[in-house]
Amino acid sequence: MSYCRQEGKDRIIFVTKEDHETPSNAELIPEDPDDPYEEQGLILPSGDINWNCPCLGGMASGPCGSQFKEAFSCFHYSKEEVKGSECIDNFRNMQECMQRYPELYPQEEEKESSSQAESNSGSVSATPTEGSALPPETDSTAGTSTSESTVSSDSTSPTDNQIAS
Amino acid sequence: MLKCRTVWKKLAPLARASSNVCRQNVRRTGLTNGRIPAHVPAAHMSTGPAGGGRENQLYILLVGATFLGGGVYAYRTVKGDQQRYQERIDEISSRPHRVATQVPAAPILSEPPAAEATEKETVPEPEPEAAPSPEEPSPPAPDTEVVAPSETTEPPPADEPVLEAPPEEAAEPPAAPVVEEGVDIVPASLKVPSHTPYLLIGGGTASFAAARSIRARDPGAKVLIVTDEPDLPYMRPPLSKELWFSDDPTVTETLRFKQWNGKERSIYFQPASFYIPPEELESAENGGVAVLTGRKVVHMDVRGNKVKLDNDTEISYDKCLIATGGMPRNLQVIERAGEEVMEKTTLFRKIEDFKSLDKVSRNINSITIIGGGFLGSELACALGRRSNESGLEVIQMYPEKGNMGKVLPEYLSNWTTEKVKSEGVKVISEALVKSVTCKDDKLEIQLKDGRLVKTDHIVAAVGLEPNVDLAKSAGLEVDSDFGGFRVNAELQARSNIWVAGDAACFYDIRLGRRRVEHHDHAVVSGRLAGENMTGANKPYWHQSMFWSDLGPDVGYEAIGIVDSSLPTVGVFAKATAKDTPKAATEKSGTGIRSESETEDTATSPVASSTPAPAMVQHKDDYGKGVIFYLRDKVVVGIILWNVFNRMPIARKIIKDGEEHADLNEVAKLFNIHED
Repeated sequence: MSYCRQEGKDRIIFVTKEDHETPSNAELIPEDPDDPYEEQGLILPSGDINWNCPCLGGMASGPCGSQFKEAFSCFHYSKEEVKGSECIDNFRNMQECMQRYPELYPQEEEKESSSQAESNSGSVSATPTEGSALPPETDSTAGTSTSESTVSSDSTSPTDNQIAS
Repeated sequence: MLKCRTVWKKLAPLARASSNVCRQNVRRTGLTNGRIPAHVPAAHMSTGPAGGGRENQLYILLVGATFLGGGVYAYRTVKGDQQRYQERIDEISSRPHRVATQVPAAPILSEPPAAEATEKETVPEPEPEAAPSPEEPSPPAPDTEVVAPSETTEPPPADEPVLEAPPEEAAEPPAAPVVEEGVDIVPASLKVPSHTPYLLIGGGTASFAAARSIRARDPGAKVLIVTDEPDLPYMRPPLSKELWFSDDPTVTETLRFKQWNGKERSIYFQPASFYIPPEELESAENGGVAVLTGRKVVHMDVRGNKVKLDNDTEISYDKCLIATGGMPRNLQVIERAGEEVMEKTTLFRKIEDFKSLDKVSRNINSITIIGGGFLGSELACALGRRSNESGLEVIQMYPEKGNMGKVLPEYLSNWTTEKVKSEGVKVISEALVKSVTCKDDKLEIQLKDGRLVKTDHIVAAVGLEPNVDLAKSAGLEVDSDFGGFRVNAELQARSNIWVAGDAACFYDIRLGRRRVEHHDHAVVSGRLAGENMTGANKPYWHQSMFWSDLGPDVGYEAIGIVDSSLPTVGVFAKATAKDTPKAATEKSGTGIRSESETEDTATSPVASSTPAPAMVQHKDDYGKGVIFYLRDKVVVGIILWNVFNRMPIARKIIKDGEEHADLNEVAKLFNIHED
């Protein structure tokens, strides 16, 4: 059983696992997916790409940012059978640009990044309304490593997401 | 005036006389011949009686003379004014040249006479150009002269082409510091763009986050970062944590560290190839981010949308971000203690401070850290770990009762202090420094309660002074409660000026006005400022978090207002036989592993004791839990104590801002018993 004690203004409660097994009755306010103040995920409520998403890391803002944006936009809006099949040129441009900056875009991880970004947009664009309702961290979880610690590590290492995505 | 009256008096009888004469003549002719009155005055003028004629002549003379006199007076006045104006302009224009000549004048003295001659020639050369002779007030020159004083004491732009030529000539005489200066002044303005759409003052975390945000949202944006540090933008937290735990002996050069997930990276946000050189910024087709290092912005002209650097270069902008951060505070007793003490004191903030402290700590026997907050405690733990190998004595002293005394509730602060001590640190709490002296090459710290501490080096970690130097020239408001530039909820100070990071005192819609000195806040606020600079108009809403690691047992993440003076409710997982501090760290993956066997055995007897009141368990094991900070019954801050990956829930609770009756129920949301 849990026990509780008071030290001045501070209250301390010790709880066992059993104590916390019953579901919580704390009420949380439901989230508004269209809240303009909230941090947006990769896809905005309008369907456009949020280039400032932490999950993209520095891809849209680096020296190859414009090539990346063109390639990714083309892919995102592509209606072909094989999504993005008409975007080969854009992706080639992007790859050429990235090869010029091997320090910024390490070769083996760059493949990861384009596939991660594609899978991101694939999974999220399938459910556009839900996608924006998801907290941004899960976007980055889909993309990069596991957790909220990623977002805290996003803060410690903003480019980690870039490298990994 | 009197003169006028006397003249008038003289004129009056004459006037009367002449008019009488006129009238008389008219009457006479009128009587004799009605037909001729029109001509009479004219005829009368030319052929009138002798006396009347002389009077009229005098009259004409007088009127004529008056006109002439007035004309001459007017001409002379206008001419004199013009001359006075010209002299004034000459004087003003000669001033910048006097300054310019004074500065090179000093080094000139050390110059070989040949160089001197060429310098003296070349510098006065612009002067006759700039100061037109009074005889020829050339219209374009006064224009530039008028412009020059209103801006700065810079030589007018017209002179720059002239100045360019002389430094090239003067470049020939060898080893001329004046030449360097002359070359500096002009080529610097060649190197630096004179206008940039986005200007970011300060090259730290907030600035970099803003640059990234701007580039993501505004395609082809041209961003110029101006920083007085010699380094490209880098992150600070590893300087007091990960870099100290690195096994790499060259870590002070590489500045690389291992993250919690095992991956290695540099503290620099991006390598140098990410940025473009400042001189290429204007012509860059797709824009880019340029960093101008080693230059400080000393003056800001808000009305004119431009700033001035410490080398007198001016840069105009469309949108500006002030992210100047702050300078470490020092204790007054140390500042007053003199040069010798100051030499043995480190104020820790930048890369160079890390490098010098690393070097110093290897060569001394005893080091003292003054300050019990985040930085002080982290450095104490980092150095304490080193002490195991090197035998370095590490002392930490602070006025509070325990480490993080202003952040953690007392029971947790005490617990943390014990952990810090187990890292090999000698903790002196409730210590107020009275004086510091240097004796026999050792520092003696005298505390107010009489204790004396002898040490070789001091690290002062007593807070940060936000850098608001630009507030005066820019006319920006400075907050008196928290310090820093006062900005609104959208981080805006004025229409085109935003402030982010440590220097911003902003309005948090949920938590009220505050100023936050944490890394994630710099990232979040920098990003937000960048978004708002590109038209987003969003307020500060996504709550930033912070974290701290103090050895293998103490790792926590926190969010919101975490002030130990607020009432708190802490919900901790009861330690069972299975839970040990060692297990907790392995599960939580804090990434800092230095366990000792003795520690494991020491705590397990406590852990295995069955549920009992606190009196029996005199050492509570706060292995993991959640602490809520309350203000008027609303949760305004949360600490996640050794539980990770739950920050979104914590953020949600603070965002809701609801009054929860039972915080234990809220704590259930965190699943603290699981990993």
